[in-house]
Amino acid sequence: MNTIAFKTIGIGVTFSPNLEANINEAARFALCFGSKLVLIHVGKASEQKSKAFQKFLSPFKTKNLEYEVLFKSGNPVDVILSSTVEKKVDLLIIGALKKENFLKYYLGSIARKITRQAKCSVLLLINPSIERVPCKHIVVNGLKDPKTKETVTAAFLVGHKLGVDKVTVVEEIDQEEVSVNVDDDKSLRKSTIIKERLRLREEARVKTILSTIPANYTKDTAIKSQPIFGKRGYSIGHYAQVVRADLLVMNAPTKMTFWDRLFPHDIEHILTELPTDVLIIQ
Amino acid sequence: MRTKETSFRGFIKALPQNMFSGLVVSLIALPLGLGLAMASEAPPIAGVITAIIGGIVVSILGGSYVTISGPGNGLVGVVLVAITTLGLSATYAAIICSGIILIILGFLRLGKLADYFPSSAIQGMLAAIGLIILGKQFHIMMGNKIVRANGIEYLIEIPNTIFTVMNFQDKSLIYAALAGVLSLGIMVFYSKIRNKYLQLIPAPMWIVIISVGFSYYYELILKMPNPISGNYMIPAIPNIQEILTDIPTPNFEMVGTLPFWSSVIALTLIASIESLLSIKAVDKLDVQKRRSNVNKDIKALGLATVFSGFLGGLNVVTVIARSSVNVNNGGSNRSSNLFHALFLVVFILLFSTELTRIPLTALMAILVYTGYKLASPDVVRRIFTIGKEQLIIFFATLFVTLKVGLISGIVAGLIATFIIHIVVTKSLSLFIKNILKPNVLMFKEEDGSYFVSVKHFCSFLNFNMLKSKLEAIPEQSDVIVDFSLCGFVDHSVMENVHDYQELFHKKGGNIGVIGLEILGTKSEHPFALRRLLPLQNIISDNKTKRQKNLELIADDFELTYKPLKSRKVEFLENFIYFKTKKIEHIFNQLSAKKDPCRLFDITFSEGEFIAKEVVRSTMLFIKTSKTLPAFTLDREGLLERLYVLAGYKDIDIKNHADFSKRFYLRGENENAIRSLFNDELVRFFESNAYYHIESSKSGVLIFSKERVASIKEIKALLDFGIRLNKILSQH
Repeated sequence: MNTIAFKTIGIGVTFSPNLEANINEAARFALCFGSKLVLIHVGKASEQKSKAFQKFLSPFKTKNLEYEVLFKSGNPVDVILSSTVEKKVDLLIIGALKKENFLKYYLGSIARKITRQAKCSVLLLINPSIERVPCKHIVVNGLKDPKTKETVTAAFLVGHKLGVDKVTVVEEIDQEEVSVNVDDDKSLRKSTIIKERLRLREEARVKTILSTIPANYTKDTAIKSQPIFGKRGYSIGHYAQVVRADLLVMNAPTKMTFWDRLFPHDIEHILTELPTDVLIIQ
Repeated sequence: MRTKETSFRGFIKALPQNMFSGLVVSLIALPLGLGLAMASEAPPIAGVITAIIGGIVVSILGGSYVTISGPGNGLVGVVLVAITTLGLSATYAAIICSGIILIILGFLRLGKLADYFPSSAIQGMLAAIGLIILGKQFHIMMGNKIVRANGIEYLIEIPNTIFTVMNFQDKSLIYAALAGVLSLGIMVFYSKIRNKYLQLIPAPMWIVIISVGFSYYYELILKMPNPISGNYMIPAIPNIQEILTDIPTPNFEMVGTLPFWSSVIALTLIASIESLLSIKAVDKLDVQKRRSNVNKDIKALGLATVFSGFLGGLNVVTVIARSSVNVNNGGSNRSSNLFHALFLVVFILLFSTELTRIPLTALMAILVYTGYKLASPDVVRRIFTIGKEQLIIFFATLFVTLKVGLISGIVAGLIATFIIHIVVTKSLSLFIKNILKPNVLMFKEEDGSYFVSVKHFCSFLNFNMLKSKLEAIPEQSDVIVDFSLCGFVDHSVMENVHDYQELFHKKGGNIGVIGLEILGTKSEHPFALRRLLPLQNIISDNKTKRQKNLELIADDFELTYKPLKSRKVEFLENFIYFKTKKIEHIFNQLSAKKDPCRLFDITFSEGEFIAKEVVRSTMLFIKTSKTLPAFTLDREGLLERLYVLAGYKDIDIKNHADFSKRFYLRGENENAIRSLFNDELVRFFESNAYYHIESSKSGVLIFSKERVASIKEIKALLDFGIRLNKILSQH
């Protein structure tokens, strides 16, 4: 029943200061999942470039990493997207940029376009590093959505592979569902009761999802379920930041129209303010 | 769980008290209503009509509990402008329109309009209103009516008026000016005199009583005409028949014009801001700590304003001074607002002709005092301690309001605040990028406490997001507000969060604020850091004679003396005496680690705004070894007998007729109190000096007068306390 396997992992590479770190992260991930790594470079192939890639990949060769380097010219967005389809990449890794002097991260315009249009899962890394930084806490969304079950399963799979200590399932409950506006003591009591009820309902729903996850994935991790009343997509990012999660796992957006970008919601909020590493499950 | 029936019984039981409190409030509302209407150049009766309609409508439909509604002082300036530019009948139309807008705002749940204004700008606007009232009425108070173009010119003329008054030749004008100055004196010194009989009637009513008495003295005893110039007497007040037949028709002809709508907007804005600030302040005073339904109240105020406009009254707003008097006199639900209106009807029915005996100068003295209180130097000092930049905002708003108008003033305040925020953070994009983001995260943790995290920035621009989250938390909970992801927090937010902290504390919860330390050092945050400074006050360097004597007493009784101010006053909060009072701090403490007795001077305040009285007193607190039933023991006087009539109960102890006659004993748990007051304790009280004695679960509180005690009194108090404790612990 496990549909998430990450058989092929892709990464777009350019010659930036982050190159070594990006390749290291991707290669570690690929080893972890036993998958094939595809390096996609937008530009003409050359001896020099291949050498550079080989240099960074050589430490992993000894660990039997299966990999491939792809050179293709054209529009970066189109090239990367078509290559992922062509090579049947099911996880694309993208490095984010870090703002100067700030502890804030953002996605470049190309990365953002790719994330929106990609047909496969996407992992956004906020600070790729050459050395391995252990991943301890994963936050995953528990939205009421058909995709959620798969996403939560994927989160536990990744958690299991990376050896995390804790997985928190966050159910974002829209404020609108609490139909009572707090005006005075009476309405406050009423809204508190409604919230408690919604909370129980959501927790029960998450529990049924959790029960379908293979036991060996959940064996060594602490599981927490956290309902949050707030804006969908935004509050989970904020929460991940507050609890200093190392990875945030989210559903892929259903569809993106022009309006979604103008009035950001769900995943768009996360893309503008990356709270931590984000894995978007397609 | 309270059932409907018991709450109804409670309502009936509290009715006499509310009636009493409504009476006292109406005693202030009458002169204030007349004065406020006259200051806005409306007919004097308009103010009383406003109070009556407001009292009736808001008490039936409102969403707050102990507030009083009526004509507001903030509106004087706006109504004045409206009447001079539009004329009286079109102003009534504008008032009706503003009432309708208020109702709409209430339905749209936008009643919390005042949250979007920075608090220093609001302070500046209120001070400007105060100066407008003060500047204009000062001349009338001195018997020198003048007409000038705007508020500043009136203020500049004040020295001139004083000079003119010095050279008055006309005796009738001298009398008029004297009445004004004397009345102002009554307003200023009234709060300084703590006498329960004097305090029973509010200062404005004393002015009315004295001036009416003065007029009768001349008429009946001296058989002479009133020496005060007829020009400076209240013009004829119509009687009830005339009021009903002469209801003015509002003139809607100017509905299409710009000045009409700018008046409507100004009326609505000021009415909603004044009401909201008052509701918020009164909620803090409420003994039962209830939360007002602001939007419901705004709807009721709007409806009342519409009625009032049709019947020849002004805007109905929630008023702080009268509401605080209501709380202090035992008002506990909306019926006191209704009674206040009904008593006003009675006054107009019975005494409408007597009111013309009040000199205008005396009435204006009340308003001058109101204006002074709004713009008092204390306000400026307080803002200065928060930060110099707040002073810039304050004065920018103040001057623009005085020079141009209210709406321009508040806009200037908003712009000034925003510019200062940009300068302080050196970033415009921080605000522009993040203003619409839902930057507040709140979640309930597994242990039942709440965590609130604020991102980006938090200022008057987006405080409503934080506010709506805080509002949704039951006040009994523990809350942590984390600003560490926030780049900027402004003064308005800090002040409001502090208010929430107080509210939660009162109801048994707690709000802890974290993450500000980082902010202070990273961005040299001006507001957060300075807020904490004024708390510490070191006076140990130069001690007064009394303080030196206190040190001697401390040695004598083997206690330690601490002169510094302390805000650790939680142990006093359970006492009924402090339920309607706000404790500022305690100082000059005499205490010892193991000794249950603790003597201290205390500063607390009672009432708000013009009815605010700051009191210093000396008290003794004894931490009893076991829990006593809550009781209050006082010397029984005329007032206490009146209280019994108003529904308070006096517990009599069997076989001690003398004690029961001389002492007024109150408390919920009668049986426990009766068993506590055994022969020995009763004899002890009978044979010692009278003190106000009160017990709560934390201990016993003893004091004699509402003033700082002398050294001799302190020794007597300490001695009394030690002996009382001995008897109580033997019990």
